[in-house]
Amino acid sequence: MATLRLRALRKSYGTAEIIKGVDLDIADREFAVFVGPSGCGKSTLLRMIAGLEEITDGDLFIDGARVNEVGPADRGLAMVFQSYALYPHMSVRDNMAFALKLAGASKAERAAKVAEASRILQLDAYLDRKPKDLSGGQRQRVAIGRAIVRHPKIFLFDEPLSNLDAALRGQMRIELARLHRDLAATMIYVTHDQVEAMTMADKIVVLQAGRIEQVGSPLELYHHPANLFVAGFIGSPRMNLLPVRVVSGDPAGVRVGLPGGGEVVVPVDSTRAAPGTGVTLGIRPEALKPGAEGALAGAVRHVERLGGLTLAHVAVTDSAVADGATVVAQIEGSAPVRVGETIRLTIDPGATHLFDGEGRALPHQSRHPLAA
Amino acid sequence: MVKQSLSRRIGIAVLGWGAAFVLFFPLLWMLLTSLKSEPEAVTPSIAFTPTLQAYGDVLARADYLAFALNSVIIAIGGTVLALALAIPAAYVMAFHPTKRTRSTLLWMLSTKMLPSVGVLVPIYLLFRTLGLLDTRIGLILVYTLMNLPIVVWMLFTFFKEVPNDILEAGRMDGARTGAEVWHLLLPLTLPGVASTGLLSLILCWNEAFWSLNLTSSAAAPLTAFIASFSSPQGLFFAKLSAASTVAVAPILVFGWLSQRQLVRGLTFGAVK
Ligand SMILES: Nc1ncnc2c1ncn2[C@@H]1O[C@H](COP(=O)(O)OP(=O)(O)O)[C@@H](O)[C@H]1O
Ligand SMILES: [Mg+2]
Repeated sequence: MATLRLRALRKSYGTAEIIKGVDLDIADREFAVFVGPSGCGKSTLLRMIAGLEEITDGDLFIDGARVNEVGPADRGLAMVFQSYALYPHMSVRDNMAFALKLAGASKAERAAKVAEASRILQLDAYLDRKPKDLSGGQRQRVAIGRAIVRHPKIFLFDEPLSNLDAALRGQMRIELARLHRDLAATMIYVTHDQVEAMTMADKIVVLQAGRIEQVGSPLELYHHPANLFVAGFIGSPRMNLLPVRVVSGDPAGVRVGLPGGGEVVVPVDSTRAAPGTGVTLGIRPEALKPGAEGALAGAVRHVERLGGLTLAHVAVTDSAVADGATVVAQIEGSAPVRVGETIRLTIDPGATHLFDGEGRALPHQSRHPLAA
Repeated sequence: MVKQSLSRRIGIAVLGWGAAFVLFFPLLWMLLTSLKSEPEAVTPSIAFTPTLQAYGDVLARADYLAFALNSVIIAIGGTVLALALAIPAAYVMAFHPTKRTRSTLLWMLSTKMLPSVGVLVPIYLLFRTLGLLDTRIGLILVYTLMNLPIVVWMLFTFFKEVPNDILEAGRMDGARTGAEVWHLLLPLTLPGVASTGLLSLILCWNEAFWSLNLTSSAAAPLTAFIASFSSPQGLFFAKLSAASTVAVAPILVFGWLSQRQLVRGLTFGAVK
């Protein structure tokens, strides 16, 4: 059992407030990911949980007990640092056994636990090496091994994969997810990379400027972003955002006018959208498809071909704006679009979103089946 | 590296050996003089028959071993005490600094700019009141205080190079401050801590001002032993040189043996 509860948590350095009141619950065995742009306070929040950073205000509970004044050595958590922070003067074996040694574990127990962790992480061949004689990926594993041997209440990770190359990163993502399943442990993982967040998390916590923007499962955030920030941050390529005006409220949703004269009905609650109001229309790239009856039209400015996917950057024609906005359409397969040609794009209304003047999402009329 | 021309390399070698010779010359001269007879010692001649007469006289007249023992105890005591005080101080300054840390360090170092003689009278009176005159403990205390600013400063710069992450990882692993310092910080900065200790030993060994003023016999170290041969009845250079030679020999040998350590600690970072 390991649950975490944050209540109105704040952190200031002098007069600069970095964490501006965070309320959050993390359940036992949950894989929670803090994601947000660089400098938004993810590491600070994680370090406050770890006990490495003093809590300016608010309460932190682990398993129901308030731990604000408990030091990092006594919170029973383990942390994997971005720099790995291995002990350079100790062998891999001693690095992993250090916590056990401090805790007064017997030699036999230490050996058994190190053996178990090194088997899980395939480090058996390197136990007698020093950290400097290991590759980046191996160091990463040792850092994780150091956490595993302790059977901590909660694992904390601060951007642990950001120093690895892309291939290794993909592999470690899968290993970490597997580890989470096998250990059945509570984990908190910090990253600025929304792909890591989407692929690993049970629960994503989107942070911006010291505040939580939204908490939810990956698909919840993807299909029901609470605001413009989350809509733009989660999903790659980014959601297309177009300034539009409300035409009318329909039973099926809100009808908005598109650049170039077309219209689309967005299936959201229409009670808050008076005709004529300026709103922002969000369209996922995969909701745009070439089609003769398409409601959007524009010139193809750029094509990115990934083989299985084609990303067409289309400058949509707008009579009101001289140089209209650019939208990205993500088309299955290798589509025959060419730079310079004018194409029409159909919109799948189910993957559209509407945001009011303050950037808040208008609630969808129905939830996505996988994001309930 | 670009290969340097031969003449350039010769030039550098000559310069290096020249500088070394100038620095070493007084020691050489002391050694030569100590091997002369008293009449020869006042002449600059280097053509003489070496004799150990002066050494015999010196060792017969004073109990060298007693002085040497005092030197050893006081130098080690002063160094151990200085390290024991400076390690916690430097740890806090390096890893838990406040706005005033920098100025505190500078202030500590600035106390080294005061002439010692300025506080001779107060210290002397204090020592007399506390019964510390001519005691090893007294001299250990003075040497500790004398070297503390430098020792703290050096340890601070070595500690500064240890990534905070590593100590934080230790804290997460369950290390309290003591374990953190003992198992992580000190092993990581060992070359630096060792060279700091060596420097402190050398400074303690060679210190003369306080030892001459605060000791007379019981706690007198080798500096006092040397001074006892610069008698007012006129100088006996051979004996003085012999006394100096036996006084500095232990620390010279020690420095020679530990020079690699000393240079490594003083030039490279403590953490590799
Ligand atoms: N010790 C500190 N003193 C002052 N400001 C700090 C300190 N540590 C972090 N900050 C500031 O707090 C903000 C959040 O930092 P951090 O939590 O590291 O961001 P993230 O991990 O999301 O990139 C940054 O603007 C950073 O400059
Ligand atoms: Mg960070």
